[in-house]
Amino acid sequence: MSDLLLDPRLDRADARPVTVLVRSAHVLDPRAGLDGPADLLLRAGRVAAIGAPGSLGAPEGAEVVDAEGLHAFPAFVDPHVHLRTPGREDEEDVATGTRAAAAGGYCAILAMPNTDPVVDSPSVLGSLRERARVEARIPTGFTAAITVGERGESLTEMAELADAGAVAFTDDGLPVRSAGVMRQALQYQRLAGRALALHEEDPSLSRDGVMHEGNVSALLGVAGIPSVSESSMVARDTHLAAYEDGQIHVQHVSARETVEVIERAKAAGTRITAEASPHHLLLSEEDVRGLDTNRKMNPPLRSEADRQAIVEGLRCGVLDCVATDHAPHSREEKEEPFELAPMGVTGLETAFAAIHTELVVPGVIDLGLLVERLTAGGEPFGIGIPMIAKGQPANVCLVDLASEWEAGEAGYESRSANCAFDGRRLVGRVRMTVAAGVVAYRERSFAIASVA
Amino acid sequence: MRRHLLSIDDLRREDIERILRLAESFAEVAGREIKKVPTLRGRTVINLFYEASTRTSSSFGIAAKRLSADVENVTAQGSSVDKGESLKDTVQTLSAYDPAAIVFRSPHAGAAALVARWTSAAVINAGDGKHEHPTQALLDLYTLRRRAGPLEGRKVWIVGDVLHSRVARSNILAFGRMGCQVTVCGPPTLIPRGVESLGCEVRYSLDDLGEADVVYALRMQHERMKGSFVPSLREYAACYQIDGRRLGSHQLLMHPGPVNRGVELAAEVIDSPQALITQQVESGVVVRMAVLYDLLAGGPAGPGGGHGARLSGEHSGEAPEPQPA
Repeated sequence: MSDLLLDPRLDRADARPVTVLVRSAHVLDPRAGLDGPADLLLRAGRVAAIGAPGSLGAPEGAEVVDAEGLHAFPAFVDPHVHLRTPGREDEEDVATGTRAAAAGGYCAILAMPNTDPVVDSPSVLGSLRERARVEARIPTGFTAAITVGERGESLTEMAELADAGAVAFTDDGLPVRSAGVMRQALQYQRLAGRALALHEEDPSLSRDGVMHEGNVSALLGVAGIPSVSESSMVARDTHLAAYEDGQIHVQHVSARETVEVIERAKAAGTRITAEASPHHLLLSEEDVRGLDTNRKMNPPLRSEADRQAIVEGLRCGVLDCVATDHAPHSREEKEEPFELAPMGVTGLETAFAAIHTELVVPGVIDLGLLVERLTAGGEPFGIGIPMIAKGQPANVCLVDLASEWEAGEAGYESRSANCAFDGRRLVGRVRMTVAAGVVAYRERSFAIASVA
Repeated sequence: MRRHLLSIDDLRREDIERILRLAESFAEVAGREIKKVPTLRGRTVINLFYEASTRTSSSFGIAAKRLSADVENVTAQGSSVDKGESLKDTVQTLSAYDPAAIVFRSPHAGAAALVARWTSAAVINAGDGKHEHPTQALLDLYTLRRRAGPLEGRKVWIVGDVLHSRVARSNILAFGRMGCQVTVCGPPTLIPRGVESLGCEVRYSLDDLGEADVVYALRMQHERMKGSFVPSLREYAACYQIDGRRLGSHQLLMHPGPVNRGVELAAEVIDSPQALITQQVESGVVVRMAVLYDLLAGGPAGPGGGHGARLSGEHSGEAPEPQPA
């Protein structure tokens, strides 16, 4: 695993690391074995000291944050974000997307390559990375396409793209249709040495579907996307990965059958990881009855049984991490009839709060487990897991678990507002995020206690 | 409070009964030489059709005119829609004329409900994609009840391409609301997964068609051949065509039109006395008059206020005595 401060594949704008003394937060990091009140001193980009509450003194010039009543978690990593740059900067750009991520408690994200143009050459990747070094508020990694133009026909120059800093390869938004091309990508992985992140969908089964094929699509007369369109492709790719001894990461798992296929593949020793999105964990086809276009995404919201299987998959570790699939779309595009509106919803700013509200508060999963799954997103790609431990990079978010708020009421940091949880009452609010030693986000009303 | 007719799913049985009673009272007007009542005088009904339609749009137009409303027809072809105007902008533009109602047809599910959010007019769904066509279902209930009496307990078979049919969805719900036992039957590729949840049984062959009191055949669209939903129209007709051999003398036949002669229906049954197809078209006008009346004049009427209609809400009063103009 890489050190998040030193990973050469991650870019962000230059900023001076701050010295911050976080006083008396409830520090929760299951991996570090921390669950109780403590002081944290963040200095020179790293966790410099951890002590009993009130025990640490503030070095000169340090910002002192009174975090009594707040939780301090290792900040989160999202392996699945659409920054819409280049091409659709009206929907999101590197600056707004990373600001939204920081506001959600994230200290690192991976951007998807289905932009215009597609990130399928070292030159496009290079210019994006340059831009991130100017605009990105938190460390940002870029993925490159598996196939040229994401057309599914011929492989990109994977070795050179890896040298140019591609964190992973993915045709996200589209499946790699051809089993033969997928096999070649797995073979080439031996040279390029990066995980393949897979959007799994058999287009001959999903056809013109726009929501889950089930009772609700039958009632609404809307073309459905059957669960098997996902699970059958995952089954295919687990076989190919096992045969070529490749490593694959399944994106945005939506169906119960897919969870079962991944569980079997893991048990058989296949190198496979998988992610679950907040919307697939919390919403189902029932939430699409009103044909709200902010509930339209691919893969679609499925049945309640599927939702429960994904929650259970995340709980027991068949699904390794939470990934938002943050997919901004303009208002005019989403203000169309459901069948015409584009697929995708935003989620960076609501991921923690939504899952906390719907799964942790009712006691379905533990808070510690949620923190583990929200911080594990970089692991499939060799990116270090944020930890609150002496000497580790300073990646910390401060969260008020008692704070109630309405998603979208005060707007979004993202340039787009197509949030699946828009208008919902949520419990738990990120007050401040330190990413790689830099204050990346601070809620407006969240004041600095003092400067020593 | 403003009301809409967006879906049969929004209606209770008593709402449907009220509309059918209203339609019966308007049928009496239709029998007169001057078929017009002054109910909606001075009010505007806009027919906004994003899909080609002959019978539905003309039927709504005639219904509105018989209620003395001013009718404006807007189609997507040759309008600002062709120039790329969004649905929202089109609706807001038309709403600036302060119409009492917008009758809306769209190729997309849920589009009528969207329009209802963007206008202060009452919105009547005249077909939204493959979702619903509620006035078709209401006129089918009306037609069948006139011919056969009470609907409770009747066995209705809906035969054909259920997957792509908004008429099928509205009718499964509507016949179900009225106490009928609904069965859908068609090729397995054209029966949507989960359709049983709407409250019907599913069959894949016509072997037990004899148990039906009413056979409701759906239009088999030629473009379905492209998606290879059926191997050939010839085989489809062999398996699912309603003909003189399959239709028993005790059974009634319905079809929403337009009919593909020789595909879903054989000529001998179209022209048989059991067929209600022409009556369905006739009923369209009085049922749509009833829907317009119920939405626009059914409540405490009056200029400016009293757009009190109650298709899905509280209601009062009996069917009106329409006055000749």
